[in-house]
Amino acid sequence: MKTVKAHREPLVRIVKRDGIALWKNWLIRLAAVLVALLLSGLFIYAVTKLNPIDVYVSMFEGAFGTSRRIRITIRDAMMLLCIGVGLAPAFKMRFWNIGAEGQVLVGGVATAGLMIYLGRAGTMSTPMMLVVMALASIVAGAIWGVIPAVFKARWGTNETLFTLMMNYVAIQITSYCVALWENPFGSNSVGVINQQTRSGWFPELFGLDIGLNILLVMILTVGMYLYLRFSKQGYEIAVLGESERTARYAGIKPGLVFIRTMAISGAICGLAGFIAVSGASHTISTSTSGGQGFTAIIVAWLAKFNTFVMLLISFLLAFLDRGAQEIASTFNLNDFASDVITGIILFCIIASEFFINYRMVFRHRKEAEAK
Amino acid sequence: MKKLLALLLALVMVVSLMACASDTAKDTSSDTSTDSSTTTDDTATDDAAAEDDAAAEDDAATEDDTAAAANTDVKIGVILVHDDNSGYDMAHIDGIKNACAALGINYDTNVTLKYNVAEDESCYDAAADLADAGCQIIFSDSYGHQTYMGQAASEFPDTVFVACTGDLAATSGLTNLKNIFPYTYESRYVSGVVAGMKLKELMDAGTVTDPYVGYVGAFPYAEVVSGYTAFLLGVQSIVPEAHMDVQYTNSWYDPVAEGEAANALMGRGCVIIGQHADSTGAPSAVQAALESGTVAYSVGYNIDMLSVAPDAALTSSQNVWSVLYKATLEKFLAGEEIPTDYACGYAEGAQTISALGSSCAEGTQEAVDAAWAGLADGSLHVFDTSKFTCQPATDGSYTVDADGHVTQAFGLDSNGDFVNDTGEAIKDGYFEESVLRSAPYFSLRIDGITELN
Repeated sequence: MKTVKAHREPLVRIVKRDGIALWKNWLIRLAAVLVALLLSGLFIYAVTKLNPIDVYVSMFEGAFGTSRRIRITIRDAMMLLCIGVGLAPAFKMRFWNIGAEGQVLVGGVATAGLMIYLGRAGTMSTPMMLVVMALASIVAGAIWGVIPAVFKARWGTNETLFTLMMNYVAIQITSYCVALWENPFGSNSVGVINQQTRSGWFPELFGLDIGLNILLVMILTVGMYLYLRFSKQGYEIAVLGESERTARYAGIKPGLVFIRTMAISGAICGLAGFIAVSGASHTISTSTSGGQGFTAIIVAWLAKFNTFVMLLISFLLAFLDRGAQEIASTFNLNDFASDVITGIILFCIIASEFFINYRMVFRHRKEAEAK
Repeated sequence: MKKLLALLLALVMVVSLMACASDTAKDTSSDTSTDSSTTTDDTATDDAAAEDDAAAEDDAATEDDTAAAANTDVKIGVILVHDDNSGYDMAHIDGIKNACAALGINYDTNVTLKYNVAEDESCYDAAADLADAGCQIIFSDSYGHQTYMGQAASEFPDTVFVACTGDLAATSGLTNLKNIFPYTYESRYVSGVVAGMKLKELMDAGTVTDPYVGYVGAFPYAEVVSGYTAFLLGVQSIVPEAHMDVQYTNSWYDPVAEGEAANALMGRGCVIIGQHADSTGAPSAVQAALESGTVAYSVGYNIDMLSVAPDAALTSSQNVWSVLYKATLEKFLAGEEIPTDYACGYAEGAQTISALGSSCAEGTQEAVDAAWAGLADGSLHVFDTSKFTCQPATDGSYTVDADGHVTQAFGLDSNGDFVNDTGEAIKDGYFEESVLRSAPYFSLRIDGITELN
């Protein structure tokens, strides 16, 4: 009666890891991918009775099967990476910039507008046009990023809602411009801009049509890595992200850093809009950003703001996307089926972060039996 | 340690599994390549499928040697804006399937479909990818695809690109870019007759006093305007005083927005809801309203709506795309020149309406038959200028007489500068639709129709 019930050790305990060897870290990630492949294999077989291996081979084919497919996959990955790089500083200082979608769109609209009007005037050479359009998109994106930052700095508004709402404003502006510039008349789409003259289109670089896309995004990737890692401003962002009070105590002005960082974040997202319009689609529509502003948040977070890891993750996402489309086409699978596979893979990768940060301790079986 | 071991074992298993699979994949690919019948792109299919295909091909070959030999080589690409959940895209999928069956082309091996291709550069990517994969003729099914089809057409001059419902082929200057479009306004008119019969029945019974029709349209394009005008003219052929409101959704496929638009129209008092949008949103909303006591009926588009609206659906206007696909492919296979613009209608079998619903008024079938017969023998013209009136034009694109009947109208004004570019649309007292080009260009706003947004 009086015996105190002994504390029973639960079957599994979750313990935070103090640290983890790098190789173990990557082994867990690799295992996550394999588990994901097994799980989606089961799903594929259960639902469609197709051989999962064939499906995976087809996914690979879809992303890397021909030189054109490789180029498209790289182009898509670069786009995601560019937005992710733009988001990294904002998220690192815990400023929830959900507005990349809008920042990309206004950058794209600025680019498309200049492309149409300068192309019509026909007085400016393409390299000059590219510089002007790039600057315009940077300014447009920066303005879009700074507005919520100013409001947060001055009046403490919630940046998550603010940036999200700015997306809808940008979408409406885009719709308006599409109606304004529609070609052919009555089509409600802008069509391919300067299809004949190709003025304002990215020229080939290193013999590659996406050469300039790669170059620009790579410069940004390396630059952002150095900025966050080694610059004073990067340090301020890190401190502010950890604790606003600490930052204030250390003499950092949070408002200033918010505005400065969001200007940079918005500017890079705006530039992503420039790359999307001038370097890929040569048109503008509300689908120019196509949800990539949201997907890029996953890229930035999964990589813990390390821009080189972002490169890997962007490629994975671009690969999954292209692959999903290919299996839909090859096996007459509904697109939703391929989305489920993408979902399973992403889920496993995100879940693997859990096993990297924590370990499971099982109750000692012998001990349990002895009792 | 045990965990690590288990992990390692699992790893080994997976790797070995993958190794096995890649071996078998290679085996099948070498098998099929020795057959030299299938293309390398199809090697991704599994063993069983590959065997099935081979067997199917053998069957086809034994059945009809000459046709199969001529037609198994052709590779066809199809770019779809949505997938088989959309009635519009389903109509295209069925169209290409039936056309292939009629021409002895093996649909499973020779046709590649790309689903959910947006109306942006992904259409160019898809078209170029299909051309890379060896497709000799590539179709796209949505209007907004056409500029990207044009971009691909200029890059692949030896491949034929057919932008269904497009209107730029003739002015593009590209010889390998084509447009096809059925006379959709015919089936819209006839489905309007069905709606008119129902409206008349309701008014005769005293249930309804105002012959108020609603229409859920996608975009304010000529394609949609031409369709809803034909629909109302069909209704007016039975109930002359009928009038109509149009609510746009600004999307070809948006079940929620289409349902909301239908509800808004019924709220204004519309008793018939027509649609030119691709989902079942509107008929579903009308069915729900009907069940809760509102008097409202639906006329659908593309697919039979009876499955979602068993009581509310009267009929659906339908395009029989296989007729156009077949005609185009036939010419292509024969090596003949494919016309830049091709349009045809009921007379060729490209227009129909779906089975009449149980709610249809008595005598509907007879009225429908009469309308079809009139269209077929040329005694009935949908856009008969004596049957509708317009307000005088402010932009000079058409002229009306004292009664408001149109006497002259622009044929094609492709750049929207209000200067007629090609032809005269009014001929012998009617607006001649889809003759100057395959895509509709009737965009007159007639009296009795109000655009709500």
